[in-house]
Amino acid sequence: MPTLLWADNVSFRYAPAGPQVVDGVTIRISDGALVGILGPNGSGKTTLLRLLSGTRRPSSGRVLLGPDDLTNLSRRDIARRIAVVPQETELAFEYSALEIVLMGRHPHLGLFTVEGPADIEIAMAALSATGTAPLAGRLFHTLSGGEKQRVVIAGALAQSPQLLLLDEPTASLDLGYQLEVSTLLQRLNRDQAVTMAISTHDLNLAASICRELILMRDGRVIAAGPTNDVLTPEHVRVLYDVEADVHVHHDTGHLTVVPVRRVPR
Amino acid sequence: MSIRRRIVTVVSAFAVVTAVVIVWAPTVGSTSISLARVFDTSIPWADNVDAQIFFVARLPRVLAASLVGATLAAAGVVLQAMLRNPLATPFTLGVSAGAALGAMLAVIFQLEVGVLGISSVPIMSFAGSLVAIGIVYALASSQKRGLSTNVLLLAGVTLNSFFSALILFVQYLADFTQSLRAVRWLMGDLDVGSYRPIVGAAPFIIAAFAVFAILPRTLNLLSMGDDVAAARGVEVVRAQRWAFLSASLATGAAVSLGGPVGFIGIIVPHLVRLLVGSDHRIVLPAGTLFGAAFLVMCDLLARTIMAPLEIPVGIITALIGGPFFLWLLVKKS
Repeated sequence: MPTLLWADNVSFRYAPAGPQVVDGVTIRISDGALVGILGPNGSGKTTLLRLLSGTRRPSSGRVLLGPDDLTNLSRRDIARRIAVVPQETELAFEYSALEIVLMGRHPHLGLFTVEGPADIEIAMAALSATGTAPLAGRLFHTLSGGEKQRVVIAGALAQSPQLLLLDEPTASLDLGYQLEVSTLLQRLNRDQAVTMAISTHDLNLAASICRELILMRDGRVIAAGPTNDVLTPEHVRVLYDVEADVHVHHDTGHLTVVPVRRVPR
Repeated sequence: MSIRRRIVTVVSAFAVVTAVVIVWAPTVGSTSISLARVFDTSIPWADNVDAQIFFVARLPRVLAASLVGATLAAAGVVLQAMLRNPLATPFTLGVSAGAALGAMLAVIFQLEVGVLGISSVPIMSFAGSLVAIGIVYALASSQKRGLSTNVLLLAGVTLNSFFSALILFVQYLADFTQSLRAVRWLMGDLDVGSYRPIVGAAPFIIAAFAVFAILPRTLNLLSMGDDVAAARGVEVVRAQRWAFLSASLATGAAVSLGGPVGFIGIIVPHLVRLLVGSDHRIVLPAGTLFGAAFLVMCDLLARTIMAPLEIPVGIITALIGGPFFLWLLVKKS
Protein backbone atom coordinates (compact mmCIF):
# COMPACT_ATOMS: atom_id res chain seq x y z
CA MET A 1 0.00 0.00 0.00
CA PRO A 2 1.36 3.47 -0.88
CA THR A 3 2.17 5.85 1.95
CA LEU A 4 -0.54 8.48 2.48
CA LEU A 5 1.00 10.45 5.31
CA TRP A 6 4.63 10.45 6.35
CA ALA A 7 5.91 12.22 9.44
CA ASP A 8 9.64 12.48 8.90
CA ASN A 9 11.62 12.93 12.12
CA VAL A 10 9.21 15.55 13.55
CA SER A 11 9.77 17.30 16.86
CA PHE A 12 7.64 19.88 18.60
CA ARG A 13 7.75 22.08 21.67
CA TYR A 14 4.98 24.49 22.71
CA ALA A 15 7.31 27.10 24.18
CA PRO A 16 10.83 27.84 22.86
CA ALA A 17 12.42 26.79 26.14
CA GLY A 18 9.82 24.13 26.93
CA PRO A 19 10.20 20.37 26.78
CA GLN A 20 10.09 18.42 23.50
CA VAL A 21 6.52 17.15 23.55
CA VAL A 22 7.13 15.23 20.35
CA ASP A 23 10.73 14.13 19.96
CA GLY A 24 12.04 12.87 16.63
CA VAL A 25 9.00 10.86 15.59
CA THR A 26 8.91 9.11 12.22
CA ILE A 27 5.74 7.30 11.19
CA ARG A 28 4.07 6.24 7.97
CA ILE A 29 0.37 5.82 7.50
CA SER A 30 -0.44 3.85 4.37
CA ASP A 31 -3.58 4.07 2.30
CA GLY A 32 -6.45 2.16 3.87
CA ALA A 33 -4.68 1.69 7.20
CA LEU A 34 -6.32 1.68 10.60
CA VAL A 35 -3.55 2.77 12.93
CA GLY A 36 -3.74 3.18 16.68
CA ILE A 37 -1.45 5.63 18.44
CA LEU A 38 -1.12 4.38 21.99
CA GLY A 39 0.51 5.90 25.00
CA PRO A 40 -0.08 7.13 28.54
CA ASN A 41 -1.36 10.63 29.32
CA GLY A 42 1.23 13.21 28.36
CA SER A 43 3.02 10.91 25.92
CA GLY A 44 2.51 13.39 23.06
CA LYS A 45 -0.29 11.56 21.21
CA THR A 46 -2.56 14.58 20.91
CA THR A 47 0.30 16.86 19.89
CA LEU A 48 1.42 14.33 17.29
CA LEU A 49 -2.12 14.31 15.86
CA ARG A 50 -2.01 18.12 15.68
CA LEU A 51 1.22 17.90 13.71
CA LEU A 52 -0.28 15.25 11.44
CA SER A 53 -3.36 17.43 10.80
CA GLY A 54 -1.25 20.53 10.21
CA THR A 55 -2.95 22.57 12.95
CA ARG A 56 0.52 22.87 14.51
CA ARG A 57 3.78 23.11 12.62
CA PRO A 58 6.67 20.90 13.72
CA SER A 59 9.65 22.72 15.28
CA SER A 60 11.82 20.46 13.14
CA GLY A 61 11.19 17.71 10.63
CA ARG A 62 8.33 17.65 8.17
CA VAL A 63 4.98 16.02 7.54
CA LEU A 64 4.29 14.92 3.97
CA LEU A 65 0.77 14.29 2.68
CA GLY A 66 1.40 12.33 -0.50
CA PRO A 67 4.08 14.45 -2.18
CA ASP A 68 3.15 17.71 -0.38
CA ASP A 69 4.73 19.19 2.73
CA LEU A 70 1.85 20.26 5.02
CA THR A 71 3.68 23.53 5.72
CA ASN A 72 3.13 24.53 2.09
CA LEU A 73 -0.59 23.79 2.08
CA SER A 74 -3.32 26.19 3.22
CA ARG A 75 -5.71 25.14 5.99
CA ARG A 76 -8.39 24.80 3.36
CA ASP A 77 -6.25 22.52 1.16
CA ILE A 78 -5.42 20.31 4.13
CA ALA A 79 -9.05 20.19 5.28
CA ARG A 80 -10.09 18.80 1.89
CA ARG A 81 -7.80 15.84 2.49
CA ILE A 82 -7.54 15.37 6.27
CA ALA A 83 -10.42 15.48 8.75
CA VAL A 84 -10.16 15.49 12.55
CA VAL A 85 -12.52 14.17 15.21
CA PRO A 86 -11.89 15.54 18.71
CA GLN A 87 -12.53 13.77 21.99
CA GLU A 88 -15.56 15.91 22.71
CA THR A 89 -17.42 18.68 20.93
CA GLU A 90 -19.18 21.48 22.78
CA LEU A 91 -21.12 23.98 20.73
CA ALA A 92 -21.46 27.64 21.65
CA PHE A 93 -24.83 27.81 19.86
CA GLU A 94 -27.56 25.38 18.91
CA TYR A 95 -27.23 23.59 15.58
CA SER A 96 -29.04 20.58 14.16
CA ALA A 97 -27.10 17.40 13.41
CA LEU A 98 -27.50 18.07 9.68
CA GLU A 99 -26.10 21.60 10.08
CA ILE A 100 -23.07 20.19 11.92
CA VAL A 101 -22.45 17.65 9.18
CA LEU A 102 -22.89 20.27 6.44
CA MET A 103 -20.20 22.37 8.11
CA GLY A 104 -17.85 19.61 6.99
CA ARG A 105 -18.35 20.87 3.43
CA HIS A 106 -16.72 24.20 4.34
CA PRO A 107 -13.31 23.58 2.69
CA HIS A 108 -15.02 22.56 -0.57
CA LEU A 109 -17.16 25.70 -0.83
CA GLY A 110 -16.24 29.12 -2.21
CA LEU A 111 -16.41 32.23 -0.05
CA PHE A 112 -20.03 33.03 -0.85
CA THR A 113 -21.13 29.61 -2.09
CA VAL A 114 -24.04 27.98 -0.31
CA GLU A 115 -24.26 24.19 0.02
CA GLY A 116 -26.06 22.79 -3.02
CA PRO A 117 -27.89 19.49 -3.65
CA ALA A 118 -24.58 17.63 -4.15
CA ASP A 119 -23.30 18.79 -0.76
CA ILE A 120 -26.54 17.82 0.94
CA GLU A 121 -26.33 14.40 -0.71
CA ILE A 122 -22.78 13.95 0.65
CA ALA A 123 -23.93 15.03 4.12
CA MET A 124 -26.88 12.63 4.06
CA ALA A 125 -24.59 9.79 2.94
CA ALA A 126 -22.26 10.59 5.86
CA LEU A 127 -25.21 10.56 8.26
CA SER A 128 -26.32 7.18 6.87
CA ALA A 129 -22.80 5.75 7.07
CA THR A 130 -22.67 6.60 10.77
CA GLY A 131 -26.21 5.45 11.47
CA THR A 132 -27.34 8.94 12.40
CA ALA A 133 -29.66 9.72 9.46
CA PRO A 134 -32.75 9.60 11.74
CA LEU A 135 -31.12 12.30 13.91
CA ALA A 136 -30.57 14.78 11.05
CA GLY A 137 -33.18 17.27 12.26
CA ARG A 138 -32.41 16.94 15.98
CA LEU A 139 -30.53 19.66 17.83
CA PHE A 140 -26.98 18.53 18.57
CA HIS A 141 -27.10 19.30 22.29
CA THR A 142 -30.14 17.04 22.76
CA LEU A 143 -28.19 13.99 21.53
CA SER A 144 -26.50 11.39 23.75
CA GLY A 145 -22.70 11.24 23.99
CA GLY A 146 -22.46 8.38 21.51
CA GLU A 147 -24.86 10.03 19.08
CA LYS A 148 -22.94 13.30 19.26
CA GLN A 149 -19.66 11.56 18.52
CA ARG A 150 -21.20 9.72 15.55
CA VAL A 151 -22.58 13.00 14.19
CA VAL A 152 -19.16 14.65 14.54
CA ILE A 153 -17.63 11.67 12.72
CA ALA A 154 -20.27 12.14 10.01
CA GLY A 155 -19.20 15.79 9.74
CA ALA A 156 -15.60 14.67 9.31
CA LEU A 157 -16.68 12.19 6.60
CA ALA A 158 -18.57 15.00 4.83
CA GLN A 159 -15.20 16.66 4.32
CA SER A 160 -14.55 13.78 1.87
CA PRO A 161 -11.08 13.32 3.37
CA GLN A 162 -8.40 10.83 2.41
CA LEU A 163 -7.43 10.51 6.05
CA LEU A 164 -9.39 10.68 9.29
CA LEU A 165 -7.52 11.52 12.50
CA LEU A 166 -9.34 10.77 15.75
CA ASP A 167 -8.14 12.05 19.10
CA GLU A 168 -9.30 9.70 21.86
CA PRO A 169 -12.72 9.43 20.20
CA THR A 170 -14.16 7.18 22.89
CA ALA A 171 -12.46 8.56 26.00
CA SER A 172 -15.50 10.42 27.31
CA LEU A 173 -18.04 7.75 26.43
CA ASP A 174 -19.43 4.95 28.57
CA LEU A 175 -18.84 1.30 27.67
CA GLY A 176 -21.89 0.94 25.43
CA TYR A 177 -21.09 4.04 23.39
CA GLN A 178 -17.41 3.08 23.26
CA LEU A 179 -18.37 -0.17 21.58
CA GLU A 180 -20.82 1.64 19.30
CA VAL A 181 -18.21 4.15 18.11
CA SER A 182 -15.34 1.67 17.79
CA THR A 183 -17.51 -0.71 15.75
CA LEU A 184 -18.49 2.21 13.54
CA LEU A 185 -14.85 3.15 12.96
CA GLN A 186 -13.93 -0.41 12.07
CA ARG A 187 -16.85 -0.63 9.63
CA LEU A 188 -16.00 2.71 7.98
CA ASN A 189 -12.43 1.55 7.47
CA ARG A 190 -13.49 -1.79 6.03
CA ASP A 191 -16.53 -0.84 3.93
CA GLN A 192 -15.72 2.73 2.88
CA ALA A 193 -11.92 2.38 2.77
CA VAL A 194 -11.43 5.39 5.08
CA THR A 195 -7.82 5.58 6.26
CA MET A 196 -7.67 6.32 9.98
CA ALA A 197 -5.26 7.08 12.75
CA ILE A 198 -6.73 6.92 16.24
CA SER A 199 -4.99 8.13 19.35
CA THR A 200 -6.12 6.38 22.49
CA HIS A 201 -4.96 5.10 25.83
CA ASP A 202 -7.46 2.29 25.74
CA LEU A 203 -5.36 -0.77 24.93
CA ASN A 204 -8.32 -3.06 24.41
CA LEU A 205 -10.04 -0.65 22.06
CA ALA A 206 -6.85 -0.41 20.03
CA ALA A 207 -6.36 -4.18 20.08
CA SER A 208 -9.91 -4.80 18.92
CA ILE A 209 -10.01 -2.51 15.90
CA CYS A 210 -6.50 -1.37 14.88
CA ARG A 211 -4.40 -3.47 12.53
CA GLU A 212 -1.26 -1.49 13.31
CA LEU A 213 -0.10 0.24 16.45
CA ILE A 214 2.35 3.02 17.23
CA LEU A 215 3.40 3.07 20.86
CA MET A 216 4.51 6.42 22.31
CA ARG A 217 6.03 7.45 25.58
CA ASP A 218 7.64 10.78 26.49
CA GLY A 219 7.24 12.06 22.94
CA ARG A 220 9.11 9.14 21.36
CA VAL A 221 7.98 6.11 19.40
CA ILE A 222 8.84 2.99 21.38
CA ALA A 223 7.51 0.45 18.94
CA ALA A 224 5.44 0.38 15.77
CA GLY A 225 4.04 -2.38 13.60
CA PRO A 226 1.21 -4.91 13.27
CA THR A 227 -0.93 -5.06 16.41
CA ASN A 228 -0.19 -8.72 17.14
CA ASP A 229 3.57 -8.09 17.04
CA VAL A 230 3.59 -4.85 19.00
CA LEU A 231 1.11 -5.46 21.77
CA THR A 232 3.27 -7.55 24.11
CA PRO A 233 3.53 -7.61 27.91
CA GLU A 234 7.04 -6.10 27.59
CA HIS A 235 5.75 -3.11 25.63
CA VAL A 236 2.82 -2.57 27.97
CA ARG A 237 5.29 -2.55 30.83
CA VAL A 238 7.50 0.03 29.11
CA LEU A 239 4.48 2.19 28.22
CA TYR A 240 2.57 2.22 31.48
CA ASP A 241 4.87 0.66 34.12
CA VAL A 242 2.24 -1.99 34.50
CA GLU A 243 2.66 -5.71 34.42
CA ALA A 244 -0.06 -7.05 32.18
CA ASP A 245 -1.39 -10.30 30.90
CA VAL A 246 -1.86 -10.20 27.11
CA HIS A 247 -3.78 -13.02 25.52
CA VAL A 248 -6.12 -13.74 22.65
CA HIS A 249 -9.73 -13.48 23.73
CA HIS A 250 -11.42 -16.78 22.86
CA ASP A 251 -14.66 -15.16 21.79
CA THR A 252 -13.59 -12.05 19.84
CA GLY A 253 -10.30 -13.41 18.51
CA HIS A 254 -8.31 -10.27 19.21
CA LEU A 255 -5.75 -9.49 21.86
CA THR A 256 -6.94 -8.53 25.31
CA VAL A 257 -4.84 -6.77 27.90
CA VAL A 258 -5.49 -7.37 31.57
CA PRO A 259 -3.43 -5.18 33.90
CA VAL A 260 -2.03 -7.18 36.79
CA ARG A 261 0.10 -4.90 38.95
CA ARG A 262 2.01 -1.65 38.92
CA VAL A 263 5.79 -2.03 38.66
CA PRO A 264 8.49 0.55 39.42
CA ARG A 265 9.80 2.36 36.37
CA MET B 1 -36.43 24.22 0.79
CA SER B 2 -32.84 24.66 -0.32
CA ILE B 3 -30.42 26.40 2.02
CA ARG B 4 -29.97 29.35 -0.31
CA ARG B 5 -33.71 29.75 -0.68
CA ARG B 6 -34.18 29.74 3.10
CA ILE B 7 -31.47 32.38 3.59
CA VAL B 8 -32.97 34.65 0.91
CA THR B 9 -36.54 34.22 2.18
CA VAL B 10 -35.82 34.86 5.85
CA VAL B 11 -33.49 37.79 5.25
CA SER B 12 -35.95 39.37 2.78
CA ALA B 13 -38.72 39.15 5.35
CA PHE B 14 -36.56 40.98 7.90
CA ALA B 15 -35.62 43.55 5.24
CA VAL B 16 -39.25 44.32 4.46
CA VAL B 17 -40.17 44.81 8.12
CA THR B 18 -37.15 47.04 8.70
CA ALA B 19 -37.85 49.14 5.61
CA VAL B 20 -41.44 49.70 6.71
CA VAL B 21 -40.32 50.73 10.21
CA ILE B 22 -37.72 53.16 8.86
CA VAL B 23 -40.19 54.87 6.51
CA TRP B 24 -43.03 54.91 9.01
CA ALA B 25 -41.11 56.05 12.11
CA PRO B 26 -40.39 59.63 10.92
CA THR B 27 -44.12 60.21 10.42
CA VAL B 28 -44.76 59.64 14.12
CA GLY B 29 -44.11 62.40 16.64
CA SER B 30 -45.58 65.27 18.57
CA THR B 31 -46.74 66.84 15.29
CA SER B 32 -48.49 64.40 13.00
CA ILE B 33 -47.51 64.55 9.35
CA SER B 34 -48.73 62.78 6.24
CA LEU B 35 -46.40 60.73 4.05
CA ALA B 36 -48.40 61.74 0.97
CA ARG B 37 -47.72 65.40 1.67
CA VAL B 38 -44.07 64.73 2.48
CA PHE B 39 -43.45 63.27 -0.97
CA ASP B 40 -45.80 65.65 -2.79
CA THR B 41 -43.37 67.46 -5.12
CA SER B 42 -46.01 69.95 -6.27
CA ILE B 43 -45.68 71.77 -2.94
CA PRO B 44 -42.58 74.02 -2.82
CA TRP B 45 -40.04 72.97 -0.15
CA ALA B 46 -40.37 76.23 1.77
CA ASP B 47 -44.14 75.72 2.19
CA ASN B 48 -44.05 71.98 2.83
CA VAL B 49 -43.84 71.83 6.63
CA ASP B 50 -44.50 68.08 6.61
CA ALA B 51 -41.49 67.49 4.38
CA GLN B 52 -39.32 69.75 6.52
CA ILE B 53 -40.25 67.91 9.70
CA PHE B 54 -39.74 64.57 7.95
CA PHE B 55 -36.38 65.30 6.30
CA VAL B 56 -34.81 67.82 8.66
CA ALA B 57 -36.08 66.99 12.14
CA ARG B 58 -36.89 63.28 12.13
CA LEU B 59 -35.22 61.38 9.30
CA PRO B 60 -31.61 62.04 10.45
CA ARG B 61 -32.55 60.73 13.86
CA VAL B 62 -34.23 57.63 12.44
CA LEU B 63 -31.29 56.97 10.15
CA ALA B 64 -28.85 57.39 13.04
CA ALA B 65 -30.94 54.97 15.10
CA SER B 66 -31.02 52.40 12.32
CA LEU B 67 -27.28 52.71 11.66
CA VAL B 68 -26.38 52.44 15.35
CA GLY B 69 -28.87 49.62 15.97
CA ALA B 70 -27.71 47.65 12.93
CA THR B 71 -24.06 48.06 13.85
CA LEU B 72 -24.36 47.15 17.52
CA ALA B 73 -26.52 44.11 16.73
CA ALA B 74 -24.13 42.87 14.03
CA ALA B 75 -21.06 43.49 16.21
CA GLY B 76 -22.78 41.56 19.00
CA VAL B 77 -23.44 38.60 16.70
CA VAL B 78 -19.84 38.58 15.45
CA LEU B 79 -18.22 38.93 18.89
CA GLN B 80 -20.47 36.34 20.55
CA ALA B 81 -19.58 33.80 17.88
CA MET B 82 -15.90 34.68 17.84
CA LEU B 83 -15.55 34.55 21.63
CA ARG B 84 -17.84 31.47 21.80
CA ASN B 85 -19.66 33.37 24.52
CA PRO B 86 -23.38 34.06 24.18
CA LEU B 87 -23.18 36.73 26.88
CA ALA B 88 -20.59 38.88 25.09
CA THR B 89 -21.70 42.31 23.87
CA PRO B 90 -20.03 44.88 21.59
CA PHE B 91 -19.03 46.70 24.80
CA THR B 92 -17.43 43.67 26.51
CA LEU B 93 -14.01 44.30 25.00
CA GLY B 94 -13.58 47.86 26.25
CA VAL B 95 -14.49 49.77 23.08
CA SER B 96 -17.37 51.70 24.60
CA ALA B 97 -15.42 52.58 27.75
CA GLY B 98 -12.66 54.03 25.59
CA ALA B 99 -15.25 55.91 23.56
CA ALA B 100 -16.92 57.20 26.71
CA LEU B 101 -13.64 58.42 28.17
CA GLY B 102 -12.88 60.26 24.91
CA ALA B 103 -16.31 61.85 24.91
CA MET B 104 -15.99 62.84 28.60
CA LEU B 105 -12.66 64.52 27.93
CA ALA B 106 -14.17 66.45 25.02
CA VAL B 107 -17.18 67.58 27.06
CA ILE B 108 -15.43 68.44 30.29
CA PHE B 109 -12.28 70.07 28.96
CA GLN B 110 -14.30 71.63 26.13
CA LEU B 111 -11.83 70.44 23.55
CA GLU B 112 -12.11 71.90 20.07
CA VAL B 113 -10.97 69.13 17.78
CA GLY B 114 -13.90 69.03 15.37
CA VAL B 115 -13.12 68.20 11.75
CA LEU B 116 -15.22 68.21 8.57
CA GLY B 117 -18.07 69.86 10.43
CA ILE B 118 -18.30 67.02 12.95
CA SER B 119 -18.11 68.27 16.52
CA SER B 120 -15.39 67.30 18.96
CA VAL B 121 -17.44 64.88 21.10
CA PRO B 122 -17.92 62.23 18.40
CA ILE B 123 -14.36 62.75 17.15
CA MET B 124 -12.88 62.30 20.62
CA SER B 125 -15.19 59.40 21.36
CA PHE B 126 -14.09 57.61 18.19
CA ALA B 127 -10.45 58.33 19.04
CA GLY B 128 -11.01 56.90 22.54
CA SER B 129 -12.48 53.72 21.10
CA LEU B 130 -9.45 53.34 18.82
CA VAL B 131 -7.14 53.67 21.83
CA ALA B 132 -9.10 50.98 23.69
CA ILE B 133 -9.08 48.66 20.66
CA GLY B 134 -5.33 49.17 20.31
CA ILE B 135 -4.62 48.35 23.95
CA VAL B 136 -6.81 45.24 24.05
CA TYR B 137 -5.50 44.00 20.70
CA ALA B 138 -1.86 44.53 21.70
CA LEU B 139 -2.38 42.63 24.96
CA ALA B 140 -4.20 39.74 23.31
CA SER B 141 -1.67 39.31 20.53
CA SER B 142 1.39 39.64 22.78
CA GLN B 143 1.20 35.88 23.28
CA LYS B 144 3.55 34.05 20.97
CA ARG B 145 0.83 32.25 19.09
CA GLY B 146 -1.82 34.41 17.45
CA LEU B 147 -4.66 35.96 19.36
CA SER B 148 -5.90 34.73 22.72
CA THR B 149 -9.65 35.11 23.14
CA ASN B 150 -9.26 34.60 26.88
CA VAL B 151 -6.85 37.50 27.11
CA LEU B 152 -9.19 39.55 24.88
CA LEU B 153 -12.02 39.00 27.36
CA LEU B 154 -9.93 39.63 30.46
CA ALA B 155 -8.22 42.69 29.00
CA GLY B 156 -11.56 44.05 27.80
CA VAL B 157 -13.30 43.61 31.12
CA THR B 158 -10.35 45.11 33.03
CA LEU B 159 -10.08 48.04 30.64
CA ASN B 160 -13.82 48.66 31.07
CA SER B 161 -13.48 49.11 34.82
CA PHE B 162 -10.25 51.09 34.55
CA PHE B 163 -11.73 53.51 32.04
CA SER B 164 -14.89 53.79 34.13
CA ALA B 165 -12.71 54.86 37.05
CA LEU B 166 -11.03 57.47 34.87
CA ILE B 167 -14.44 58.69 33.72
CA LEU B 168 -15.58 59.13 37.32
CA PHE B 169 -12.37 60.97 38.10
CA VAL B 170 -12.76 63.33 35.13
CA GLN B 171 -16.39 63.94 36.09
CA TYR B 172 -15.40 64.71 39.65
CA LEU B 173 -13.20 67.49 38.33
CA ALA B 174 -15.97 68.94 36.18
CA ASP B 175 -18.56 71.54 37.11
CA PHE B 176 -22.23 70.74 37.40
CA THR B 177 -23.42 71.57 33.86
CA GLN B 178 -20.55 69.81 32.16
CA SER B 179 -21.03 66.79 34.36
CA LEU B 180 -24.72 66.69 33.46
CA ARG B 181 -23.90 66.94 29.75
CA ALA B 182 -21.43 64.09 30.16
CA VAL B 183 -23.96 61.88 31.93
CA ARG B 184 -26.50 62.64 29.21
CA TRP B 185 -24.04 61.45 26.61
CA LEU B 186 -23.57 58.19 28.50
CA MET B 187 -27.31 57.53 28.32
CA GLY B 188 -27.19 57.44 24.54
CA ASP B 189 -28.79 60.08 22.38
CA LEU B 190 -29.72 59.69 18.75
CA ASP B 191 -30.73 63.32 18.19
CA VAL B 192 -27.82 63.90 15.81
CA GLY B 193 -29.25 67.15 14.41
CA SER B 194 -28.05 66.70 10.84
CA TYR B 195 -26.89 64.14 8.33
CA ARG B 196 -23.25 65.10 8.75
CA PRO B 197 -22.34 62.87 11.74
CA ILE B 198 -24.05 59.95 10.00
CA VAL B 199 -21.98 60.51 6.87
CA GLY B 200 -18.87 60.73 9.08
CA ALA B 201 -19.48 57.41 10.83
CA ALA B 202 -20.76 55.51 7.80
CA PRO B 203 -17.43 54.75 6.04
CA PHE B 204 -16.04 52.92 9.08
CA ILE B 205 -19.26 50.99 9.52
CA ILE B 206 -19.44 50.11 5.83
CA ALA B 207 -15.82 48.89 5.89
CA ALA B 208 -16.62 46.71 8.91
CA PHE B 209 -19.69 45.26 7.21
CA ALA B 210 -17.58 44.39 4.18
CA VAL B 211 -15.54 42.18 6.53
CA PHE B 212 -18.70 40.82 8.22
CA ALA B 213 -19.91 39.70 4.79
CA ILE B 214 -17.15 37.10 4.46
CA LEU B 215 -17.43 35.81 8.04
CA PRO B 216 -20.73 33.92 8.51
CA ARG B 217 -19.72 30.34 7.64
CA THR B 218 -16.49 30.81 9.58
CA LEU B 219 -18.48 31.99 12.61
CA ASN B 220 -20.57 28.80 12.42
CA LEU B 221 -17.41 26.70 12.52
CA LEU B 222 -15.78 28.73 15.29
CA SER B 223 -18.71 27.84 17.53
CA MET B 224 -17.49 24.21 17.40
CA GLY B 225 -14.17 25.26 18.93
CA ASP B 226 -10.86 26.46 17.54
CA ASP B 227 -9.41 23.01 16.88
CA VAL B 228 -12.42 21.70 14.99
CA ALA B 229 -12.71 24.95 13.04
CA ALA B 230 -9.04 24.72 12.06
CA ALA B 231 -9.44 21.09 11.03
CA ARG B 232 -12.43 22.07 8.89
CA GLY B 233 -10.31 24.58 6.98
CA VAL B 234 -10.66 27.85 8.94
CA GLU B 235 -7.57 30.02 9.45
CA VAL B 236 -8.66 30.55 13.04
CA VAL B 237 -6.34 33.29 14.22
CA ARG B 238 -6.75 35.31 11.06
CA ALA B 239 -10.54 35.01 11.28
CA GLN B 240 -10.56 36.06 14.95
CA ARG B 241 -8.31 39.02 14.23
CA TRP B 242 -10.55 40.29 11.41
CA ALA B 243 -13.70 39.66 13.44
CA PHE B 244 -12.38 41.53 16.47
CA LEU B 245 -10.99 44.51 14.54
CA SER B 246 -14.02 44.96 12.27
CA ALA B 247 -16.60 44.55 15.04
CA SER B 248 -14.69 46.91 17.34
CA LEU B 249 -14.17 49.57 14.66
CA ALA B 250 -17.87 49.50 13.80
CA THR B 251 -18.81 49.68 17.49
CA GLY B 252 -16.50 52.67 17.99
CA ALA B 253 -18.10 54.48 15.06
CA ALA B 254 -21.62 53.65 16.24
CA VAL B 255 -20.92 54.80 19.81
CA SER B 256 -19.41 58.04 18.57
CA LEU B 257 -22.66 58.63 16.67
CA GLY B 258 -25.26 57.67 19.26
CA GLY B 259 -23.47 57.16 22.55
CA PRO B 260 -23.12 53.82 24.32
CA VAL B 261 -26.67 52.58 23.79
CA GLY B 262 -26.74 49.44 25.88
CA PHE B 263 -28.27 46.00 25.46
CA ILE B 264 -28.95 46.19 21.69
CA GLY B 265 -25.84 44.09 21.05
CA ILE B 266 -27.08 41.29 23.26
CA ILE B 267 -30.88 41.34 23.02
CA VAL B 268 -31.09 41.45 19.25
CA PRO B 269 -28.69 38.56 18.49
CA HIS B 270 -30.47 36.33 20.97
CA LEU B 271 -33.96 37.23 19.80
CA VAL B 272 -32.93 36.61 16.20
CA ARG B 273 -31.37 33.24 17.08
CA LEU B 274 -34.59 32.27 18.84
CA LEU B 275 -36.48 33.15 15.64
CA VAL B 276 -34.22 31.76 12.91
CA GLY B 277 -31.70 29.33 14.47
CA SER B 278 -27.95 29.74 14.71
CA ASP B 279 -26.74 29.70 11.09
CA HIS B 280 -24.79 32.96 10.92
CA ARG B 281 -25.52 33.31 7.22
CA ILE B 282 -29.04 34.15 8.41
CA VAL B 283 -28.36 35.45 11.94
CA LEU B 284 -25.88 38.11 10.83
CA PRO B 285 -27.96 39.84 8.11
CA ALA B 286 -31.25 39.27 9.94
CA GLY B 287 -29.73 40.56 13.19
CA THR B 288 -28.40 43.63 11.40
CA LEU B 289 -31.82 44.45 9.98
CA PHE B 290 -33.64 43.64 13.20
CA GLY B 291 -31.15 45.74 15.19
CA ALA B 292 -31.95 48.72 12.97
CA ALA B 293 -35.70 48.30 13.34
CA PHE B 294 -35.44 47.61 17.07
CA LEU B 295 -33.46 50.73 17.91
CA VAL B 296 -35.68 52.90 15.67
CA MET B 297 -38.69 51.62 17.63
CA CYS B 298 -36.96 52.17 20.98
CA ASP B 299 -36.08 55.71 19.93
CA LEU B 300 -39.65 56.27 18.79
CA LEU B 301 -40.77 55.31 22.29
CA ALA B 302 -38.09 57.54 23.79
CA ARG B 303 -39.30 60.63 21.96
CA THR B 304 -43.06 60.01 22.27
CA ILE B 305 -43.73 58.18 25.53
CA MET B 306 -43.38 61.30 27.72
CA ALA B 307 -43.81 63.88 24.93
CA PRO B 308 -42.98 66.70 24.72
CA LEU B 309 -40.17 65.46 26.98
CA GLU B 310 -37.68 63.24 25.12
CA ILE B 311 -35.96 60.65 27.27
CA PRO B 312 -32.56 59.23 26.26
CA VAL B 313 -32.94 56.08 24.21
CA GLY B 314 -30.37 54.24 26.37
CA ILE B 315 -32.88 54.28 29.22
CA ILE B 316 -35.50 52.58 27.06
CA THR B 317 -33.11 49.90 25.80
CA ALA B 318 -31.85 49.27 29.34
CA LEU B 319 -35.41 49.01 30.70
CA ILE B 320 -36.21 46.42 28.05
CA GLY B 321 -32.76 44.85 28.02
CA GLY B 322 -32.15 44.38 31.75
CA PRO B 323 -35.07 42.05 32.41
CA PHE B 324 -34.44 40.31 29.08
CA PHE B 325 -30.83 39.66 30.02
CA LEU B 326 -31.87 38.18 33.37
CA TRP B 327 -34.46 35.99 31.67
CA LEU B 328 -31.73 34.79 29.35
CA LEU B 329 -29.40 33.95 32.24
CA VAL B 330 -32.14 31.97 33.99
CA LYS B 331 -33.07 30.18 30.78
CA LYS B 332 -29.45 29.20 30.05
CA SER B 333 -28.84 27.77 33.52
